[in-house]
Amino acid sequence: MDIFLQQLANGLTIGSMFALVALGYTMVYGVMRLINFAHGDMVAASAFVGLTIYTQVMGQATSLMAVIAIFLLAALSMAVVGIILERIAYRPLRGAPRLSAVVSALGASLVIQNGIMLIWGPRMRIFPELVPQVYWDFGGVVISLIQVIILVLSLVLMISLYLFVEKTRMGAAIRASSIDQDAARLMGINVNSIIALIFIIGSSLGAVGGLFIGLYYRGITFNMGWQYGLYAFIAAIIGGIGNIPGAMLGGMLLGLFNAFIAGYVSSTWADAFTFILLIVILIVRPTGILGERVAEKV
Amino acid sequence: MSDILFEIKDLEVSYGSIAAIKGISLEVHKGEIVTILGANGAGKTTTMRTISQLLKAKSGSIRFKGQELTQLPAHKIVKLGISHSPEGRRVFGILTVEENLLLGAYTQTKMDREVLDWVFRLFPRLEERRKQLAGTLSGGEQQMLAIGRALMSKPEMLLLDEPSLGIAPILVKAIFKQIKEIAESGVTVLLVEQNAKAALKLADRGYVLDVGKIALSGTSAELLASEKVQEAYLGKKH
Repeated sequence: MDIFLQQLANGLTIGSMFALVALGYTMVYGVMRLINFAHGDMVAASAFVGLTIYTQVMGQATSLMAVIAIFLLAALSMAVVGIILERIAYRPLRGAPRLSAVVSALGASLVIQNGIMLIWGPRMRIFPELVPQVYWDFGGVVISLIQVIILVLSLVLMISLYLFVEKTRMGAAIRASSIDQDAARLMGINVNSIIALIFIIGSSLGAVGGLFIGLYYRGITFNMGWQYGLYAFIAAIIGGIGNIPGAMLGGMLLGLFNAFIAGYVSSTWADAFTFILLIVILIVRPTGILGERVAEKV
Repeated sequence: MSDILFEIKDLEVSYGSIAAIKGISLEVHKGEIVTILGANGAGKTTTMRTISQLLKAKSGSIRFKGQELTQLPAHKIVKLGISHSPEGRRVFGILTVEENLLLGAYTQTKMDREVLDWVFRLFPRLEERRKQLAGTLSGGEQQMLAIGRALMSKPEMLLLDEPSLGIAPILVKAIFKQIKEIAESGVTVLLVEQNAKAALKLADRGYVLDVGKIALSGTSAELLASEKVQEAYLGKKH
C-alpha cells in the first residue's frame, strides 16, 4: 500500500509536468495540424533561462516574490521565442506540403538545442533550489513541498486554460480555428492572431513545465528537451492529439503509469512500457482517449 | 434602379496557372436577390470565396458600398456587412448549435438577442437542437445552421453558396422560403445555385456563369424564358 500511495504522489507530480508540456503540442497541432518538435527544446531552454534569471537578475534570491518573478520572466521569454519561431519557421510554410513544415520543426528543434549548448555549455547544470526542501512523512509515504507546488500550480493552470477555451469568446475562436480555418475567417476571426496566441499560451505553459522539471529533477541538460518532449508528445497522442482536456488526461495517465512501472516493475523498463501503452491505446482507440467526439457529416 | 450596393468589375481569379474566373463583372442593388447559376466547375464557388477574400483575385475589383475588398484580409469582410454561408455548409461539427450561432456573432461587440430570436423563428429546428453538436444534425438542418450563423453578424448582404446541395427536396423548399423572408427583412442576397429553377423562382435577377465567364444575364423572367437556360439548366428540349 505504501508503494502504491508513494507512486501515486510521484505519478501525479510527473504527470502534471507531462500534461503542461503536452498542452503546447496539442494546441499547436489542433490549429495548425503541425507537430512543433521544437516545443520540447523550448521547455529545456526555459529551465536554463530560469537558471540565468536566478543568478544574473535576481541575485540568487529565493524569496516568494523572486520565485514568482523567475516563473513570469521565463514564461514571457518563451512566449517571445514561440512567436518568433512561428513567424520564421512555420508561417512561411503555411501553404507548403506537410512534410516541409515537419522538417522545419525538426530544424528548429536542433537550432534551439544547439543554442542552449552554445550559451550554457554541454555539461549538466544544477537548477537552483528555489523551493525549500520540506518533506512530510505520512507513515512511510513521503511528499515534498515541491511536489505539492507542482501539482497545485499545474492544476490551477490547466483549469484556467480549460475555462478560457470553453467559456470565453476568444476560446471559442480558438476552437473554431482548430476545426475549420476558412470557416473561422468567415466568422471574422483573425486566424493569424489566434495562431500567435496559441504559441504564446503553449510556450508559456511549456516554460512553466521546464522550470518544474528543473525544480524536481535538479539536473538540467541542453538535450533534455527530447526526452521530456517525447513523453509529453506521447501524452498528447494518448489523450487525443488536438484535444485540450485530452492532453491533460494523457499527461496524468502517462505520469501515473510511469511511476507505477518504476515502483512495481523497474524504472529501467519504464520507457519500454510507455511505448507498449502507447501502441495498445492506438490499437484500441486510434484517435486517442478523447479524440474526435463525433464524426462530421459531409 | 436603386443604388448599387455591390459591384464586381473584370474579376480574374486563377489557381496557379489555371484561370478559374476569366474577367466577370456583375452588380447587386440594395434589397435584391441576385443569383449566379452555372454547372459544376463554372466558377460559382470561386467567385463567392473571392468576394470573402478566402481566395485572392488576380486582377479586377470587388466593391461593397464603394469600398474595395480585394486588398483586405478575409476576417475583415464580415465586419463590413457581408456574411458568407459557404458551400458544403462548413458548420463547426464538434461545437453545439448554440456555440456555432454565437461564433456567427463574433464581430459583434455584444451578441444581439433579437437576431438570435429571429434566427430561431426562421429555423425553429435550431432552437430545438441548440444544445446538440452541429455534426449530429441532418444535412438540411446543418444548412439552416449555416444560414443562421451567417445572419448572426447582422449582414447587409448575405452570400449563399449552394444552399440546396445534397438536401432533401422538401427541406430545400422550406429553406428557400426562409431565404425569401430574409430578403424581405431587408438583407440583400447573392445566391449561388445549381438548382436553376428554384433559384430563378426566388431571385429578381440572375447571371449565368460558364467556364469562368458570364454567358448570360437578365431578370429571372428573361432567364427562365431563354432557350439557352432552358436547355442547359432546366432540362427542356425545344
